[in-house]
Amino acid sequence: MSTSENTPGQAAGERTTTVEKLDRVVIRFAGDSGDGMQLTGDRFTSETAAFGNDLATLPNFPAEIRAPQGTMAGVSSFQVHFADYDILTPGDRPDVLVVMNPAALKANIDDLPPGGTIIANTDEFTKRNLAKVGYTDNPLDDGSLDQYQVHKVAMSTLTRGAVEHLGIGKKDAERTKNMFALGLLSWMYHRPTEGTENFLRTKFARKPDIAEANILAFRAGWNYGETTEAFSVTYDVAPAKLPPGTYRQITGNLALAYGIIAAGQRSGLPVVLGSYPITPASDILHELSKHKAFNVITMQAEDEIAGIGAALGASYGGALGVTSTSGPGVALKSETIGLAVMTELPLVVIDVQRGGPSTGLPTKTEQADLLQALYGRNGESPVPVVAPCSPGDCFDMALEAARIALTYRTPVILLSDGALANGSEPWRIPNVDELPDLTVTFASEPNAMDGSNEFWPYVRDTETLAREWAIPGTPGLEHRIGGLEKADNKGNISYDPDNHDRMVRLRQAKIDGIKVPDVEVDDPTGDARVLALGWGSSYGPIGAACRRVRRSGMRIAQAHLRYLNPLPANLGSVLERYDVVIVPEMNLGQLAGVLRARYLVDIRSHTKVAGLPFKAAELAEVFTDVINDTEPPAADGSDVHALTEAVE
Amino acid sequence: MSIDLGLPRIGGLDGVPTTDEAYKAKDFKSDQEVRWCPGCGDYVVLNTMQAFLPSLGVKRENIVFVSGIGCSSRFPYYMNTYGFHSIHGRAPAIATGLAVARPDLSVFVITGDGDALSIGGNHLIHALRRNVNIKILLFNNRIYGLTKGQYSPTSEEGKITKSTPMGSLDHPFNPISLALGAEATFVARALDSDKAGLTEVLTAATQHRGSAFVEIYQNCPIFNDGAFDVLKDKDESARRIVPLRPGEPIVFGPENEYAVVRGDFGFDIAKVADIDPDTIVTHDPTIADPAYAFALSRLGGQDLSHTPIGIFRQVDRTTYDDAVRAQVESARQKQDADLQALLNGSDTWTVA
Repeated sequence: MSTSENTPGQAAGERTTTVEKLDRVVIRFAGDSGDGMQLTGDRFTSETAAFGNDLATLPNFPAEIRAPQGTMAGVSSFQVHFADYDILTPGDRPDVLVVMNPAALKANIDDLPPGGTIIANTDEFTKRNLAKVGYTDNPLDDGSLDQYQVHKVAMSTLTRGAVEHLGIGKKDAERTKNMFALGLLSWMYHRPTEGTENFLRTKFARKPDIAEANILAFRAGWNYGETTEAFSVTYDVAPAKLPPGTYRQITGNLALAYGIIAAGQRSGLPVVLGSYPITPASDILHELSKHKAFNVITMQAEDEIAGIGAALGASYGGALGVTSTSGPGVALKSETIGLAVMTELPLVVIDVQRGGPSTGLPTKTEQADLLQALYGRNGESPVPVVAPCSPGDCFDMALEAARIALTYRTPVILLSDGALANGSEPWRIPNVDELPDLTVTFASEPNAMDGSNEFWPYVRDTETLAREWAIPGTPGLEHRIGGLEKADNKGNISYDPDNHDRMVRLRQAKIDGIKVPDVEVDDPTGDARVLALGWGSSYGPIGAACRRVRRSGMRIAQAHLRYLNPLPANLGSVLERYDVVIVPEMNLGQLAGVLRARYLVDIRSHTKVAGLPFKAAELAEVFTDVINDTEPPAADGSDVHALTEAVE
Repeated sequence: MSIDLGLPRIGGLDGVPTTDEAYKAKDFKSDQEVRWCPGCGDYVVLNTMQAFLPSLGVKRENIVFVSGIGCSSRFPYYMNTYGFHSIHGRAPAIATGLAVARPDLSVFVITGDGDALSIGGNHLIHALRRNVNIKILLFNNRIYGLTKGQYSPTSEEGKITKSTPMGSLDHPFNPISLALGAEATFVARALDSDKAGLTEVLTAATQHRGSAFVEIYQNCPIFNDGAFDVLKDKDESARRIVPLRPGEPIVFGPENEYAVVRGDFGFDIAKVADIDPDTIVTHDPTIADPAYAFALSRLGGQDLSHTPIGIFRQVDRTTYDDAVRAQVESARQKQDADLQALLNGSDTWTVA
């Protein structure tokens, strides 16, 4: 999928570089945890966003802050996929692998397809570093990488040379080698550089020497590509034709934080976030703590339970209470979520899922908290659950979670995950005036059904079944709520058997009756017999796999659930329309089980729990197999369905 | 005496709307039937509270009682104010969120020795160190009542209970020492049966801006009856109760024949007749260093030998909730809340 043309050499003027046009590229930066690979990837992503490509990213790093240097355990990587069309995933396998040391090569080489490009920092391929990861010979020299295009660059040496005149220490000088790599790749892919230089000046504003060193290293990398003959080809990936609008790059955690701020602004309520630091959710706390001007209060509590307790206490007082955490934190918060169910107060609980059980894989992604969100409490304790499907969608679903919580006076669980949290994509910035109006009305008058002058806290709105939100400070409405069972309407403690039965059913009916949009089905031919159904962050890989399958001439429909409780009203009829429903999940089949129980449909479950998102290629194969099962080929095998094209 | 640093002094109820309405105790009684056991010390505390609240002069609707789980935590149901009966141990966390969000409320936390010191120990110490403007009343009956008689973290060692037939093995907390260790700014102890003393402490606690921690010795007639009888018996109590009166020398005994004096490390008890009267400690709850009040809290042990009653500590320190609101206010002064600008950020591109 590339075309070449010769262009005259530029700065050097003596040589000819070829510019190859590509429609998409996947680059993976890999190095030691201390090598700054996440920053390098972030900057390349920002340059790519500014250039106007569509993009998706996959950061992948260890839970340890600094694992032993040069070891496999310490390898950190950042993959960015960019294209001149709308893409759905960070890419299955890299086209270009940048490795800063032998460990990074060893940890990532299996993902590089034959013919792929390796750019290696030769300075780190020392005997000692090679031995650390079990290489007896230097793979850069022993012919073992013959099937790849290998570029050997002495990045540390070149970087030191570029910055030594600044007089900074050798260690500081070498630490800027990631910017050398960034500069080189920026040259290769014609990325705009101004943003990175501005970024470095701002980031190191208090250390001008370090800022200068990073900028010099960045330029040195660029010039290395430009002036040496090592690289004869550069690549052009044209801007993508995305829907009209103003765009920015955004990660899931940032979009979530912005969604919460927007919910506060659109409801007119103060936001009170009670939170305890936990990977990969902490960035939400960090971000919200910067925006107090929006009447956002953030409280770093003493533990997960206090975080949600403070949020619920604030909600009781008339604020929008929010708590952010990951799976282990939800486990600790579950009793308080139950209290919010019983007291019917609004509350937004954000679960950025990670690998489990227990501490599990803190920095890796998984979707295994669905059943915890749906059922992980004592008693009949229904809670609405929503799940964004992309980093940008985190903004919309945060607003949706707040809308449901405020309208129905209920805790709502939002299930994000590590891939969404740290992954980024271009985001079409919404017009603030077009965001939903979340205005709430607090109770102000007695509401007793017997005409007396009393306030009964559990009288319900006939349509939403929500009770009134009567906040302290309102005269005449003094009342008591709590975790004990409430008498219908009056709200006093009640142990009456019939009342308990009625209240359990009322709480369930309230959640079941929440209005959520119908699920939309994407079925270009209109006659697909197989439906691929997912939820959460697997939207990208499932969509990409469906594209591959369709380009190979097969039919498949795709639908994606952003509302897990209640499920969309049309879901049952959608499921019935297809011969086979295949549900890929990064768990052992949690949604599949829910759907089977609810709709008595024989769901085909495909599961993987590797801590990494699905690859489009593997799902395309799974879908192809399902299609072949559903639409059996003729006896002579003449019409076996097969994937013909490995593109998105 | 401590040095006045000239910091702004604001009262615990500043910001809470006042009223001219002359409430009576009955105005604070809810229509719910009180369901504590006959003879429970909680009744006395409830009555004292209902009689005390009118003196605050604040609107009833701006008073909130938040509780955890346990016998005493049913308290909010019996108060005709706003009330939140929450879950075991978590009342200080919930009250913190409420106090942060609503400076116009007078927030009380009702808790017990199990609720506050076992399952909720973490939230208690953190509320105290943060100095949130909430009033924490810990009903200490040295037993688990609602679960029918297991030993609690304040039960004396060797206590025979349903869960410890051979006697409890763990060393109890001294709640006052614990609160002082967390640097609580207001720490006091009262007796359920001493209505005047309890009212005095409650008055000071509500006027205090910051976390006020009040331990109330409370009798459980069913599972730990008479736990505090030695402090209620006329003869015994005179020898055991050490009244803390600000500005006065700390003396006690039927004839005030005992005194608190400085020891080698902390405080000792001495016979007044044996010492120079100038060496008697004069009580000053405003001493900044919590070590002073801590030393007082160590006078007696789990056997209630010498038991100080009254206000141990009362010092000024910025409250967490005031500071949180000040940060928000400062940010709002400096920066427009322009949501569109926030969403746009600094790096955008346009697709036509």
